[in-house]
Amino acid sequence: MGDMKSGESCCGNENDSSAHNSENYEVLLPMAPSAGDECGGSSLGESSGIYDLPGYKLWHFVEDFIDTAAGIVPRVKTSIDREDQYGTLKARSGFNRMRYSITPGLYCVGSPDKDSPVMVSANYKLSFDALRKELNGINTWVLVIDTRGINVWCAAGEGTFSTDEVINRVKLTGLEKVVNNRELILPQLSATGVNAKKVKKGCGFKVVWGPIRAMDIKRFLDAGKKAESEMRLVTFSFFERVVLIPIEFSMAIKPLMWILLTVFILSGIGSDIFSISDSWTRGLLMASAVISAVFAGAVAAPALLPWIPGKAFSVKGAITGLIPGICLVLFNFKSIMFLEMAAIVLVITILSSYLAMNFTGATPFTSPTGVEAEMKKAIPLQAAGIIIAVIAWVGANFLTI
Amino acid sequence: MKDLRYLPDVSTIKLNTEACIGCGTCELVCPHGVFQIADKKAGIVDSDGCMECGACAMNCPVEAISVSPGVG
Ligand code: SF4
Ligand code: SF4
Repeated sequence: MGDMKSGESCCGNENDSSAHNSENYEVLLPMAPSAGDECGGSSLGESSGIYDLPGYKLWHFVEDFIDTAAGIVPRVKTSIDREDQYGTLKARSGFNRMRYSITPGLYCVGSPDKDSPVMVSANYKLSFDALRKELNGINTWVLVIDTRGINVWCAAGEGTFSTDEVINRVKLTGLEKVVNNRELILPQLSATGVNAKKVKKGCGFKVVWGPIRAMDIKRFLDAGKKAESEMRLVTFSFFERVVLIPIEFSMAIKPLMWILLTVFILSGIGSDIFSISDSWTRGLLMASAVISAVFAGAVAAPALLPWIPGKAFSVKGAITGLIPGICLVLFNFKSIMFLEMAAIVLVITILSSYLAMNFTGATPFTSPTGVEAEMKKAIPLQAAGIIIAVIAWVGANFLTI
Repeated sequence: MKDLRYLPDVSTIKLNTEACIGCGTCELVCPHGVFQIADKKAGIVDSDGCMECGACAMNCPVEAISVSPGVG
């Protein structure tokens, strides 16, 4: 989550198109090939849609466009289809580092009028999807601001979901011509980056803090734009943690190649100077330790977080690492010596501890001051442990005759 | 967040009760229920729950709250 790099701005295409009127588009049918000619295709495929414009690609979630005093506004569907799910999967997988964003500007759902509410969203496609899928049956405007394709909370922390961006986007879209009310519903988590008073001063719109989770938006509106206290508190449920694992995992396996290479080289060093067979057999054993550590620290620790004893993540990670470490030692008890056992347990415990500590960057409850305090204590210990493990592992191979 | 707690006694959240006008904004925007209003004044009721997101300080109209993430 914290690793998402912001890209360059992509403001304003939607606003430029306000000069076009949807009624003016013509339906252009491709010329049908006459029977038996060389073009061959049996089906014609779909013709260009009435909202297509050269140079633009229409998002599948746009239903049509409505006319407003500030130009045409896309009306979006509240359903999530296969294309959305595929995009979500790709964004969540962690291997796709591309920005997944939509163009900032004014959108709408249902048939909003001048008195309909205005909700503000980040232009991260997943944030936008999370909101629109909860808006079924609601007539509302959705002001998408430019957060460089980053989710609400990260963007608010990084300063792209900001007071200035909200004010600018209100002005750019001509929102005051579209609605009579002067209220913006902002996700509560954007309060980190948005000063409500300054927004009011800057564009005349009063900020109403909406619920944290989009799924509560209906209840919030029904209650007269009031959020119950439980809607105001963040959660970090099993599901919320599990969806973050692929990214943690992919970040952990990137340096893995180098670590494994080092493992195989170190494993071969011994009284014969370098033994290929040792490099392979001992290397495999240590490699399995390293790989278990990735699972312990980047998968098990995030998933089981509240149930693992300890408060510091490095402690939690050490605990999830200790278990496979001991298992691996017991499994190879007869074939390895004490020093090697110690090295294996140390490596798994420390790597897992380190990876779990990295997960603090993705949680919604760890304070930066706390993370700093934890790292100050844990990193020297982890470094010392790894050095001891290397000495034990290599040293053991000098003792065998 | 009752089931997930991070390190105790590290948060840098500070409240100047004298300056506070009891508007309730901090209680509203805090995602961890750190503040509660009593007798027209805000009070920190759970400083260990604070993750230093800065939402409260950002929106306090009289700048009665300070938080400095990462200066431990
Ligand atoms: S910094 Fe964030 S978590 Fe801490 S008290 Fe303020 S709003 Fe709450
Ligand atoms: S936001 Fe500031 S003035 Fe308002 S209650 Fe909180 S501390 Fe007091």
